[in-house]
Amino acid sequence: MKARVTVTLKNGVLDPQGKAIEGALKSFGLDGVDSVRQGKVFDIELSLTDKAEAEALLKAAAEKLLANTVVENYRIEILS
Amino acid sequence: MKSAVITFPGSNREGDVIRALRRATGHEPVSIWHQDMDLPQGTDLVVLPGGFSYGDYLRCGAIAARAPVMDAVRTHAAKGGLVLGICNGFQILVESGLLPGVLMRNAGLKFICKMQHLKVGRTDTPFTSAYSEGQIIKVAIAHGEGNYVADTDTIARLEGENRVAFRYCTAEGNTKAGNPNGSLNDIAGIYSERLNVLGMMPHPENLIETLVGGIDGRGLFESLSAFRRAA
Repeated sequence: MKARVTVTLKNGVLDPQGKAIEGALKSFGLDGVDSVRQGKVFDIELSLTDKAEAEALLKAAAEKLLANTVVENYRIEILS
Repeated sequence: MKSAVITFPGSNREGDVIRALRRATGHEPVSIWHQDMDLPQGTDLVVLPGGFSYGDYLRCGAIAARAPVMDAVRTHAAKGGLVLGICNGFQILVESGLLPGVLMRNAGLKFICKMQHLKVGRTDTPFTSAYSEGQIIKVAIAHGEGNYVADTDTIARLEGENRVAFRYCTAEGNTKAGNPNGSLNDIAGIYSERLNVLGMMPHPENLIETLVGGIDGRGLFESLSAFRRAA
């Protein structure tokens, strides 16, 4: 089973890297860019077959290590 | 004062801390490896030194905070034992939940390595008794992620309980103008609720010799040396 955990900064948390990327995109003349927030993607292969079990495992992984829930949100997706 | 200094893969200031502790306390600190499960019997103080544990992968301090030895550090802190985290050590303390908040990328995005003035907070703690309240000291900072952030309630609690140990300031003591990294309320270091855990971004261990720029960091180690735990 393949899964993806996406970690993003919570709203209101300053993201200087996102801001710098946003500035760079705007400097290319890409005028449609409003704002950029940078995050992280973890593609994880699991030896599990049960979806609920996989989701529980990924939730534990996200809360224990992948995300710092003080400032970050996470989203779990089962890809296949 | 029996102290133990923990080395993680990528720590690089453990030698400086060991030297500062040896000099101030007259005792040889014990060196602990991150995979050790226990602290030596009778340890009074555990130090998490600066550096780049696990290459700062994922988030600074995130992986070190889950190292085997950290369970022993948590138990030690819960019993009232002293814990000092400097720079990466502070990042490890917030990641491990021993201190609140988080250290984000510096507001200016740059790694900052320079001398920095700090204003000392309260002095009735095991870490700062050799200083005077409001004293301005000069130490070194060297970090890319030292921008202290916490939610409004946490900041209000830290301020209300007088748990800000040090604030960044200019040589004249102006905190706002002296903030190098965007930290909320110019916070450079904080205490735990019971004042037995201190996390700070600046490096007092590097300012203990006039030969290398000053001795304002000595106070912290002399405070620790003078501290006697209430029986």
